[in-house]
Parts: sequence; structure tokens; C-alpha cells
Amino acid sequence: MTESARTAEPARTTETVIPVVERILSANDRVAGANRQRLDASRVLTLNVMASPGAGKTSVILHTLRALAGRARMAVVEGDTAPVTIDSEKVAALGVPVVQVNTGGACHLDAEMMSNAFDQLPLDRVDLVIVENVGNLICPAGFKLGTHVNVLIASLPEGDDKPWKYPKMYRGVDVLLVNKTDLAPYVDFDMTNFRRGVEALNPGVVTFPVSCRTGDGLGAWTDWLAAKLPR
Amino acid sequence: MHELAITQALLDVAIRHAADARATRVTEIHVVIGDLASTVDDCVIFYWGEISRGTICEGARIRFERVPARMRCDDCSTEFGLTGGLTPCTGCGGVRLRVLAGDECRLESLTVQTPAQEGTP
Repeated sequence: MTESARTAEPARTTETVIPVVERILSANDRVAGANRQRLDASRVLTLNVMASPGAGKTSVILHTLRALAGRARMAVVEGDTAPVTIDSEKVAALGVPVVQVNTGGACHLDAEMMSNAFDQLPLDRVDLVIVENVGNLICPAGFKLGTHVNVLIASLPEGDDKPWKYPKMYRGVDVLLVNKTDLAPYVDFDMTNFRRGVEALNPGVVTFPVSCRTGDGLGAWTDWLAAKLPR
Repeated sequence: MHELAITQALLDVAIRHAADARATRVTEIHVVIGDLASTVDDCVIFYWGEISRGTICEGARIRFERVPARMRCDDCSTEFGLTGGLTPCTGCGGVRLRVLAGDECRLESLTVQTPAQEGTP
């Protein structure tokens, strides 16, 4: 717009307030809804695995792939902020199809990225897709992907105060894995305070204490997951 | 850092509604953000200035309406606000809580300029 047009403007325009009342992330929600329809049509169960960096997302996923091998046809979507393929290579080494999504520095996956990732997977020949979100306890909680089950992995060294500090994440999860239980003798983790925080935000959420190092508790998790698979 | 994605989504919604209203310019946008929405106003303002440039929203002011978080205790029915982080019930110390307010993240309204009709001042 030129300066002369700008100065002439007030004489020819009226100013009005128009009501909108629309969720800011409504577009993401719509794409997430379309993703869900597509996944349901292909009869695929999908997990959105979230956690802080280093909590054990990849370790849990690798264990799950090994435990369910032969029982389910699986694929993985690896979300990373940078084009680092460390996690994808570990999945591919198990012979499982994997799509890497680079968010280009963004701290979360969104529904559009997932739509593009699903395009690259043989959804009609897969029973379970595990999505590994970017390691972060804030941003991924705000962006729906269209996946079915929100999985949160907490770990003992993070501290027992995390539900109190990241309420939005803990409120939105369907299943909680508490990893690194083998470190209990070495870290000050008050399970009672942790469970109180979880209970405040997400009463009765399914919880599995596990150790990816020793394998403790992981059988209960994979049995629970196997029971949810499409028949 | 999700503020960039939120600001981009906000701009998309604002542009769509401004076009529907046949506006020539957007002068103010009114957004409602709850305290549990993990969104930093200054961060949104910064990104808004950058990404709205060259659009119908360039120069529009953002008016933030902040909604404090309010909880209700399922055990004793006490309702209480959160000033900092999450706390147990202020009435009974219980933790069976539900969120009454604070999750909001929406565009409430736009103030726009439209070409005046013939005969209006």
C-alpha cells in the first residue's frame, strides 16, 4: 500500500469488530481428524510416544517392536528436530519400516507432518504404528496428531515433581510408563509425590513401572498393548 | 518454541476471517489465552510482527485476554485459582481435581477496516 493510499484511507473505510471465536489450532485439529479417519479406515492402531529427552522413548519402542514381532505388523515414525538418523537406524536394523520426520528445529510434531509421514507407510499392511514425538514435555501436548493412544514415558532421574510442573502433558496421556526403575536406589525419587501429581491431573491413568535396562515390567506393557491391537 | 506454530495458525485464522468480511485491513486481533496453555505473549507478539508483514494483518495490534487457571476439587467441591504451578486442593489437600478454566487458546474477534458503503459517513 502506498503512503498516499494510506492517508486517504480513513475517509473511505469503516472500522468494525467481527466476532470469530475459533480455536487457534483449529486447522491442526481438522488435519488430525482426517488422519484419524484414514487410520481407522486402514484398521491401524497408532501410538504417540512423548517424553522429555533421554527418558527412554527409543528404548521402549525398540523393546516393544522386539516383543510384538510375529504378533503384529508394525511401523515407526521417528520425529526429530534435526536430520539425525540415530533412532531411525536402530528401528530399521530390526527390519521394521520407519519414516523419519525432521521438524526443522520445531519442538513438536503436528498433524500435517504426520499426514505426510503416513503417506509413506503401507498403512493397509500394518497393524501398529508407533510415533516417537520430539523429546519435550510442553509443546507436543498442544498439537493433536490424530493418533489413538497418547503414551508418556517418565523416568526416575527426571524427579518426582514433573507432573506438578508439566500439567498439560500429564493431563492428556492415556498410558504412563515410569522408566528406569532400576535406578531407584541411586536417585531421590518420591513415588508417592509423583503418583499424587499424576492422580491430580489424570485420575486412574494406566501406569507401568518399567526398566528398559533390566526388562522389568515391560511384559505387562506389551501385553496391555497387544490386547488393544486390531483383530 | 511452539509459539511460532501457534502464531502462524493465528495468522491463518485471522486472514481467513478478514477475507470473509471483505476487510481491507486488520487493526486489532483479540485473543484469549488460558494460563494453562503454555503460551508466552511477548513471544507471540515478536513472531506476529515478523510473519504478518505483507499480509492484511500487518501492523495489527494483538490484545491478549488472559484467563487464570481455576480448579475444582472432586472431594470437597472447593473451587480455587492457581497463581503459580499446580497445587493440591486449598480446602482439603485432595488431589482429585478438574480444570474449570485456563485451557483457552482462541481468536475471539478481529477489528477490521472495510470499504464504506455509499451514503455512510
